[in-house]
Amino acid sequence: MAKVIVNAVVNGEPVEFFCEPRQSLLEVIRDVLLLTGTKEGCNDGNCGACNVILDGVLVDSCCVLGVEAQGKTVETIEGLAGTDGDLHPLQRTFLDLTGLQCGICTPGFIVSAKALLESNPNPSEHEIRLGLSGNLCRCTGYDKIVLAVQEAGKMLTEAKR
Amino acid sequence: MSTTIERSSQYKVIGKDVLRPDGVDKVTGRAVFADDVHLNGMLHAKVLRSPHAHAKIRSIDVSEALKMPGVRAVVTSEDFPPIPEGIVKEEGAAFFALASDKVLFRGHAVAAVAADSPHVADEALSKIKVEYEVLKAVLDPREAMEPGAPVLHEKLNPMSFGARLEQHSPNALQQITSMGDIEQGFREADVVVEREFTTKTVHQGYIEPQSCVVDTAPDGSVTIWSTCQGPFRHRDNTADLLQLPQNKVKVIPTEIGGGFGGKEVPYLEPMAAILSRKTGRPVKITMSRSDVFEGTGPACASYMRVKFGAKKTGELVAAHLYFCFEAGAFPGAPVGGAVGIGLGRYKIPNQLVEGFDVVVNKPRTQPYRAPGATQIHFATEGVVDELCEKIGMDPIEFRLKNVVQEGDRNVQGVPFLRIGGVEVLEAIKNSDHYKTPLEGPNRGRGVALGFWRNGGGMSSCSISVHPDGTVSIIEGSPDLSGTRTGIGMQAAETLGIPFEDVRITVVDTDSVGYTMGSWGSRTSFATGWAAIEAARDVNLKMVERASSIWSVPPEEVEVSDGTFYHRDDGSKKFTFKQLAARLNATGGPVVGSSVVDPTRGVGPAFAANVVDLEVDPETGKVTILRYTVAQDVGQALHPGMVEGQLEGGTVQGIGWALNEEYFFDNDGQMRNSSFLDYRMPVALDVPMIDTIIIEVPNPGHPYGVRGVGENNIITPPAAIAAAIHNAIGVRMTDLPMSPGYVLQALWQQNGH
Repeated sequence: MAKVIVNAVVNGEPVEFFCEPRQSLLEVIRDVLLLTGTKEGCNDGNCGACNVILDGVLVDSCCVLGVEAQGKTVETIEGLAGTDGDLHPLQRTFLDLTGLQCGICTPGFIVSAKALLESNPNPSEHEIRLGLSGNLCRCTGYDKIVLAVQEAGKMLTEAKR
Repeated sequence: MSTTIERSSQYKVIGKDVLRPDGVDKVTGRAVFADDVHLNGMLHAKVLRSPHAHAKIRSIDVSEALKMPGVRAVVTSEDFPPIPEGIVKEEGAAFFALASDKVLFRGHAVAAVAADSPHVADEALSKIKVEYEVLKAVLDPREAMEPGAPVLHEKLNPMSFGARLEQHSPNALQQITSMGDIEQGFREADVVVEREFTTKTVHQGYIEPQSCVVDTAPDGSVTIWSTCQGPFRHRDNTADLLQLPQNKVKVIPTEIGGGFGGKEVPYLEPMAAILSRKTGRPVKITMSRSDVFEGTGPACASYMRVKFGAKKTGELVAAHLYFCFEAGAFPGAPVGGAVGIGLGRYKIPNQLVEGFDVVVNKPRTQPYRAPGATQIHFATEGVVDELCEKIGMDPIEFRLKNVVQEGDRNVQGVPFLRIGGVEVLEAIKNSDHYKTPLEGPNRGRGVALGFWRNGGGMSSCSISVHPDGTVSIIEGSPDLSGTRTGIGMQAAETLGIPFEDVRITVVDTDSVGYTMGSWGSRTSFATGWAAIEAARDVNLKMVERASSIWSVPPEEVEVSDGTFYHRDDGSKKFTFKQLAARLNATGGPVVGSSVVDPTRGVGPAFAANVVDLEVDPETGKVTILRYTVAQDVGQALHPGMVEGQLEGGTVQGIGWALNEEYFFDNDGQMRNSSFLDYRMPVALDVPMIDTIIIEVPNPGHPYGVRGVGENNIITPPAAIAAAIHNAIGVRMTDLPMSPGYVLQALWQQNGH
């Protein structure tokens, strides 16, 4: 299948890549850009493991075509930590509060939580549970994920003061 | 969430919430799971699956697929060497070599195509022509046991979870155990309750699909990157199926995105190895989510009949447990294990357990977290709850009266060592949750008790001491949930060094001795024990080295808490780091190693639950209001992770209780093979889970460790059923207790 050229900004860097029109953004991120932190759990928009932020909007990248990234910004899990290796507050709290077990859903949860905290910096437990209900975790039972997001929200709010 | 824990502080590393060594990689996306492996020249393969539940394969024509541009090779069962009787067939692994004469379930793998891209491979599948002669399928285990039912196999493999079963009928194996005189027992009973229960097929629901990359070298040796729970089983099964020596197959376990029993067997690796051999290129196969649902092994559905008899004063006197587990297309449902633990938590002098392993034309089932126990506990704890109601006894008091304790004998007749059944029940009884009255219409509270045997088995480990006093540990247990942390902590504790000085890596099958897979709640217990023994070996060798440096007999040198010292001469003393710095110049480095098989020290364990819930009488929907779990973990290695096990297992149990099931149509086709329609709990479905960690040290383990991972899924369906009864007066006897079933039960009760 003939490939097309796509220009996008991925994690702050302008990139140009070839992609088949039938390839999903998830495939492009993983197989073309080799950013394998974004995971495939279901490939039909039901688990959130492939969550990325596309032009400021949280998406399941398996349900977006790669060509749709043309002219847009894409944020993946690889873009969260600072360039000097400093972890994002969400990465810090997931780690410190045992918010992960196997780790496969973790990048999607962290990206999803980042989008949530950007729109609601101080969410209640219910708002976190609602906001993250597009993400499946089979290991943790969600307790520690909810607590990690709550704590990261506090850290981010305090950092802004 | 909130944890009450009475903690002994005798340890320096164990029992602390250290930072997990793989954590940063997992929160930054750096951790490499199987589908993240990219090799130069790698091809992508897809698997063609049977559209019929039961059919003869007349012919397979792959010529059109091979003509497609970008298609590199196709594999069918003809590419596999003949399977030697008695090797892989005994392991139940034959079907990873693709269907040959018959397909036995819808989703049974028939062929696979390797191509330049997954899209091309997918397209090529539709060009493979398979001619089937459709046979009558049997989908219900009770029908499968009837005379005249369609027969799946010429003969059945009688081994199930280490137990040898008897042939019952063409599709069924059985295991029967008994104790005392059951008829006499029921005559002595004042109250008898008998009921039937069923549970549906459910899936482990790991978020990462099965995936592997396989590279076959020109000399025939095979390297496998795989998301697997047991790399050595993957290696052995693959070597058997390909007729290769075991040292020609190397399995590199990648990070694993959940397993829960579902990733114990190599569905993809043998066929990928043949595709790689045919093409001379590495081949990746990653399952789609529907492949995972239809082509891997879910947990077995069940039909159970339970009859319990008790005295008015609460003592259980007789029990009869009859259960059929639906094995799927090949035998191997966890009957042996369920027979062993089915009634194991109570002292019942007269008992009969009859378990059946029944093949039907559905996916071949696999273990799922405490295999068989959740089904059995749903039924037996349900009957116990009803007995309590009839006798008029508090459900915790009833269980305290009957629960087994140290010295009581298990079903094999072996007396229990110290166990924590009483402790978990007392913890629930004394919890803030249980003491707080529940009010409001359609609300109810339920309790239940769960028992699990836990596992032991072989593990290997080695530890290298570096000149700066840090150490590297290598071991062979894939880390599903943080086990490498707990294993490393046990080594650090034994060496008397800080956890930060330990680097622990899960390595491939060439680099460490045989290690059984990460299943059966065995990993922190058995591989942890291997790490302890390897650390003791390090200590022994370092004592010898200190003695040679000091020119004193080794028996005069002692080690305690990471310090080596002469027992009489206070001037002769090395810290671990000081002695480590001397090693290379005084005879070379120290490497400690170990192989353990600690089956005898395994500590069985209990969990007890109390749950409050509300039933919506209009819709039948059940909302969990509050949940508390108390579990005996022996010794909590990393309390944060232990809590995580309790919370996660409980929520899986809630999903099993309230929502999850395979919907099969009359042709054996699963009709809900996506995460949209197979509804697992999301964050919004559950409250915080209150955990109470009970530490009754296992006398069989150096640090008192018991298995933790499985026990917590066993009890929720039973506790929730009891709470629903308490809320609306209906006895739920079928899982899942989803809104439709609850409503149906309510209507029946109200005479609709």
